[in-house]
Amino acid sequence: MSATHPATRRSGPWTTAMTTLLRDRAAMIALAGLLLIIAACVLAPVYAEDIAHTDPFQSDVAATVMVHGQELAVMQPNDNPLHLGLTPLAPTWHPSAYLLGADSQGRDVMARLLYGGRNSLLISAAATVLCILMAAFVGIVSGFFGGVVDAALSRLMDIMWAIPVYLFAISLSIVTISQGLRIGPFTIRSDNLLLPIGIIALVYVPYAARPIRGRVLTLRRSEFVLAARGLGVPRGRILLRDILPNVSSTLIVLAPLLMALAMLAESALSFLSIGVQAPAASWGTIIQDGQGLIYTRPMVAIAPGLAIVLTVLALNILGDGLRDALDVRETSRRRG
Amino acid sequence: MAMALLRRLGQTVLVLFGISVLVFLVFFATPGADPTARIAGRNASPETMALIRHQYGFDRPLPVQYERMMVSLFVTRDLTSFVDHGERVVPEVFRAAPVTLSLVFGAAIVWVLASIGMGTLATALRGSLVDRGLMILGLIGISMPVFWLGEVINLVTQSRMHDSWMFSWVPGLGYVPLTQDPVGWFKVLVIPWITLAILFIGIYGRVLRADLVAAYSEDFMRTAQAKGLSASRVLFRHGLRTSMITFVSLFGLDFAQLVGGGALLTEVVFGLQGVGRLTYQALSNLDLPLIMATVMYSAVFVVLANALVDILYVLLDPRVRDAG
Repeated sequence: MSATHPATRRSGPWTTAMTTLLRDRAAMIALAGLLLIIAACVLAPVYAEDIAHTDPFQSDVAATVMVHGQELAVMQPNDNPLHLGLTPLAPTWHPSAYLLGADSQGRDVMARLLYGGRNSLLISAAATVLCILMAAFVGIVSGFFGGVVDAALSRLMDIMWAIPVYLFAISLSIVTISQGLRIGPFTIRSDNLLLPIGIIALVYVPYAARPIRGRVLTLRRSEFVLAARGLGVPRGRILLRDILPNVSSTLIVLAPLLMALAMLAESALSFLSIGVQAPAASWGTIIQDGQGLIYTRPMVAIAPGLAIVLTVLALNILGDGLRDALDVRETSRRRG
Repeated sequence: MAMALLRRLGQTVLVLFGISVLVFLVFFATPGADPTARIAGRNASPETMALIRHQYGFDRPLPVQYERMMVSLFVTRDLTSFVDHGERVVPEVFRAAPVTLSLVFGAAIVWVLASIGMGTLATALRGSLVDRGLMILGLIGISMPVFWLGEVINLVTQSRMHDSWMFSWVPGLGYVPLTQDPVGWFKVLVIPWITLAILFIGIYGRVLRADLVAAYSEDFMRTAQAKGLSASRVLFRHGLRTSMITFVSLFGLDFAQLVGGGALLTEVVFGLQGVGRLTYQALSNLDLPLIMATVMYSAVFVVLANALVDILYVLLDPRVRDAG
């Protein structure tokens, strides 16, 4: 065996991480599953229009549907002793009509599930990006400048952290959902998705800012930064050229874990009907719709919950894989 | 030492003050959150609005309003609700507290025992299928929305399998006070305990395993093994003890957040009238005095737990303890 291969090119840290990640079977399966879920939700209109031929936002309690050559009413007479009210169609397990049954307004649950997934994914992804931007700002400023700035920002984070995350998000949602949010001349209406996105992003800032600040503190004391300072490199340049690239691995690892938390938070807000507003749907609102039907048509609530579990699980597995690949020690913790 | 304690106390008071100001500002000064409009209802005449504004003191400067609210919350304790006129909020919080405490204490016992079992078993069998299986189960627990899990469990225990021998003992949803009927209290809470605990079993089991595995590469563990101690003694007496440091600090914070109202979704799904649900109702009605009372109650718990964790941390870790 030869001792060294002079021809072997040394690969950079990003290439090494990529190779490790590609070899991580669990992470790759999770990524594939995630992409599949995203693709299915993106194709929601195709399913609703071309396969199920239904409008998932229009309630239609008088409709009938052909299943296996039989004509069935979407809202069927109740079989309880008093025959009060109507029971929605049970799952037909037939993709062309009411695969997962109908909800209390006679709408196709499968089509709503796909449309709802778009909102759930969009809100959690956008909230993650926004949260990481804010947290990176707070973490970097407070870690790099230290002193009074750090003390003030850290206290602010402590205060936000002392309120249970969900209660904080619920408070902000209730205040803004009743009349919308007015900022100067602009009004964000209460059915605007920017509200849940902004609120979820904001409440998780302390969660993400803490590990970023810790990383910046370590970097600031590292030899290459000290060397750069000794050489008289201006602070701004050190921040951009030395600190930022080294913090990015922490940010990348945080992203899927934050998105998992954001998705759970979004579903909780929507479940309490202070997230996504009707007639729009998200996985949380569909669970809420299904709550009243839980004992008669449980699939309405079970299906969106399973969608959340699978998506969040895939995000968590992916996050673990990224952490191992990028070799970032877990300095943050899960909450919620 | 005394200085450090004083400093700590000062910080605690500062954080509590900050929270109260933050909550106050969110509900009084956020654009669109006018409490007068809430109390008067929709389409109230301007005269009614003006009357209410004056009656409740909303026409006074914000700092004065803040001070009046704090005095009646903490000093005279006669703060009354904006919505249920004349209902005092402090006793209302104290009525809800036992429900939440019962729920959270029981769940905490379940999750501490289960996660220690899970973490140590996975470490002892690390690399095996059992280890992988336990870790994946933990991850699934972390990935479930608690309110959905509660609904599905209700579906099974209250309806689908309620007539089978397995779940026929499950009582209907609601709360039974411990002092009134201890057995009923236990029966009604077992399922909420487990539901609430599952998330934390996942988090703690995984954290504990990671810490324990990391501990095996430390010198003191190698020394313990080299001395010829049995594998279980090394794991429990040497490994577990150091790994409990992270565990305890996580526990303090999570426990406090749950007692402070973080168990809201579990309370809603299982029909338990606890602090979380009370806070949620207060928020839905924008009943500011009740919101202030519940949030301050919750913040006190969280801040106290933070301080307690710091003290326990010192007691558990000899490196910190001896450094003084």
